[in-house]
Amino acid sequence: MTPLLSVRDLHVGFGRDPAAHEIVRGVSFDLDAGETLAIVGESGSGKSVTALSINRLIDFGGGRITRGAIDLRRADGGVIDLAAAPERALTKIRGGEIGMIFQEPMTSLNPVLTIGEQIEESFRLHRGLTGRQATAAAKDALDRVRIPDAARRLKYTPHQLSGGMLQRVMIATALSCNPRLLIADEPTTALDVTVQAQIMALLAELKRETGMAMIFITHDIGLVAGIADKVMVMQAGEAVEQGALDAVLDTPQHPYTRHLLGAVPHFEAGRAARSDYRRPEPPVAPPALTVEGLTVRFPVTGGLLRRRTGNVHAVDGVDFDLMPGETLAIVGESGSGKSTTARAILGLVQPTRGAFAANANTRESGNRAPVQMVFQNPYASLNPRLRVDSILAEPVIAAGGRLSAETTARMTMLLERVGLPLDSLQRYPHEFSGGQRQRLCIARALMLNPSVVVLDEAVSALDVSVQAKVLELLVDLQKEFGLAYLFVSHDMAVVERIAHRIAVLYAGQIVEIGDARSVLSAPRHSYTKQLIAAVPSIDRRHETFALDLRQVPSLIRPLGFEPEEAAWQRFGADHLARAEG
Amino acid sequence: MNYLTRRLVTFPLVMLGVSILVFVSIRLVPGDAITAMLGTEAGLLTPDQRAALEAYFGIDQGWLVQYGRWLAGALQGDLGISVTYGKPVLDVILERFPLTLELALLSMAIALLVGLPAGVFAATRNERSSDLVVRILAMIGQSTPNFVVGLLIIFVLSVGFGVLPVMGTFTPFFENPLQNLGQMILPAITLGFAFAASVTRISRSAMLDVLSEDYVRTARSKGVPALGVIWRHALPNALIPVVTLSGVEFGYLLGGAVIVEQIFALPGLGRMVLDAILQRDYALVQGSVLFIALNFMIVNLIVDLTYALLDPRIRLGDR
Repeated sequence: MTPLLSVRDLHVGFGRDPAAHEIVRGVSFDLDAGETLAIVGESGSGKSVTALSINRLIDFGGGRITRGAIDLRRADGGVIDLAAAPERALTKIRGGEIGMIFQEPMTSLNPVLTIGEQIEESFRLHRGLTGRQATAAAKDALDRVRIPDAARRLKYTPHQLSGGMLQRVMIATALSCNPRLLIADEPTTALDVTVQAQIMALLAELKRETGMAMIFITHDIGLVAGIADKVMVMQAGEAVEQGALDAVLDTPQHPYTRHLLGAVPHFEAGRAARSDYRRPEPPVAPPALTVEGLTVRFPVTGGLLRRRTGNVHAVDGVDFDLMPGETLAIVGESGSGKSTTARAILGLVQPTRGAFAANANTRESGNRAPVQMVFQNPYASLNPRLRVDSILAEPVIAAGGRLSAETTARMTMLLERVGLPLDSLQRYPHEFSGGQRQRLCIARALMLNPSVVVLDEAVSALDVSVQAKVLELLVDLQKEFGLAYLFVSHDMAVVERIAHRIAVLYAGQIVEIGDARSVLSAPRHSYTKQLIAAVPSIDRRHETFALDLRQVPSLIRPLGFEPEEAAWQRFGADHLARAEG
Repeated sequence: MNYLTRRLVTFPLVMLGVSILVFVSIRLVPGDAITAMLGTEAGLLTPDQRAALEAYFGIDQGWLVQYGRWLAGALQGDLGISVTYGKPVLDVILERFPLTLELALLSMAIALLVGLPAGVFAATRNERSSDLVVRILAMIGQSTPNFVVGLLIIFVLSVGFGVLPVMGTFTPFFENPLQNLGQMILPAITLGFAFAASVTRISRSAMLDVLSEDYVRTARSKGVPALGVIWRHALPNALIPVVTLSGVEFGYLLGGAVIVEQIFALPGLGRMVLDAILQRDYALVQGSVLFIALNFMIVNLIVDLTYALLDPRIRLGDR
């Protein structure tokens, strides 16, 4: 029997002369009904372009298929070449026979239409349902993706739902007409790790139920392991390796596949934790940063006179200390308060209560601002109109200093340390790659010789191989300057590689804190366990996640509410977990 | 307090501010009502006669007293007597307003009916020759002064087709709709021309932004046909800037369109205000500016309420 989808020598180009600007250069693969193919590669490898070519959405993004065939076996047994099909035939196939879900659920649903209207539309277009029938079908579709209270949610508009919920709605829409092929373009990249696990579990379950085939695009090889039958690795527009899942992961043939597998930080449950530092007991130096009872609340107002009716307890009584040369990772999901904690320490939000004190770096002199920060997005955090020398001078000027020969000397020294060429000073940010920009941000953070650097998801936006190098750089700089890092991240595999200690934040409170190896290998709090179980990894390739529909508790509390005093249980020398009721 | 009430509370405050501004600025212009009315003959008045006239029009006291008197009257709905028309100010304004309102509504209708489809069309033909044609036309429309457009229309009709626009006494719409529209259509086209050009440009750029949004791609991935993508998924998201622009333009038009009224000999608010200023008809200027300001605020409020209708993310109560 012919395969469901057969792609032969696909070439896709962009611009006025697509044949001269090819992004995909000769990709071929087959996909049988019910099979899952994972396409893996870094940004710019052409994996998304390949996916968008299959349902020809690439036409709307300025791309053109210049050569090759995409043969789809249709439900009636006929075969159609999608690469040459007219737009009219394609609108029947899109949504009807090929469904698609995207990376950003928050922006992929129309903000002005209700969830119900958007799901019903598929039934109207492909099943000819109208009115009450369409509504009933939409409700069933939401039930199928396990959205509780589906009938009521139909009337919601997208901004009223969380990212995880929206991705379920996207899946419900894409699967509404039982397509025989689902294209999933990085469907969990924008989601928290536990939500990601939920979506992956859901996709696996729906695949079993419907017997559909799937093309799953991702940059995360660890994620592939849980769901794919076959893997195709792409680099610079070509498929450098493809084969069965186990074969590609266990015995990679192509050097780039080996490089990717080596660069991806695999989560190893604490076995890969750093061992270059031990907390001196008793402490020999004063801590670089101490935080006591840090509390940040945002007012909630309501009623006729906009009176304060309650508070959002974003951060609720967080304590920790940070020694020079030590990395404390703060992990948790979006809304857990990890970024708010970081921002409070920098004075970017006003804490409601609590104290923190940072001590100057003792290793070097001339310290003017003990805490500095590196942000997540290196593209947005450098002013595009300033040259690098002005960017690096900025913190010095902001701290009331003057530009001197010393400043310039420090700039060149730091540029050399972060591995950028010396002529960078005369250039503008757009002349650098994402990884290089993040190096610039790090150099900027070190200009004032801080004792503590807050790294808020500082490597999350980078490709894996770049990520690994930036992490290496951070470790080197830490040793050289005796820096203390407060490393805020959602990525457990990255955290395992950089952290000495880990604090797990849940609903604004620390639920577990301690030595990284100990926390990761033997988590004690139920939330930490759940978080660690959700981390995808190559070793766990044949495990399945159970669907869990528990909701994160609301952080809105009535006025005057104070959380109970935490009761801590001690597990070993440096490992505390909050006692659970 | 809900959004509407909170907005309405600000109305009297704004009106008070506007009234003070107008009151002071019109009096800073040299000259007075009686000289403006009687010309050189004003010099022949005896002091007693002049004083009597001044007392009649309420301009015999200091500014503060005048303002206090005017405000007390205004609060009871009495905006004073117009010197030039010898009638209550409100009556003079309300006589002119229907024409101005109709003209504004017609121009906006023309602008939206022409501009919106043109802008949407141009956006979907981005960078192709048809897009270029629309963009050039829009640029011409925006940069041509409306007296040129008005005179051109009259010229083409009279020389080219031997038809003269219906001038003469203005016929209100409810008396004779056909005759009324015959009088109104050319001035409405004249005003609508530039208005349509602005709508075209703004709807084109808004549509271009929206068409590159993720949810438009999602709609296409669902198999929504091209027209459905444009009208159902993209356009509602692109309407907010169009509504903003239309609201502002419409608000201006409610203040009258002096030049077009003059060209087509229409008795609208614009010419009336201009005459009132030239005649130093203080009461009429104050009353009409206040009226125009009120209109503007109402239009703004409607625009804001429309936002909430268009985009469920905009919740007017929560601010």
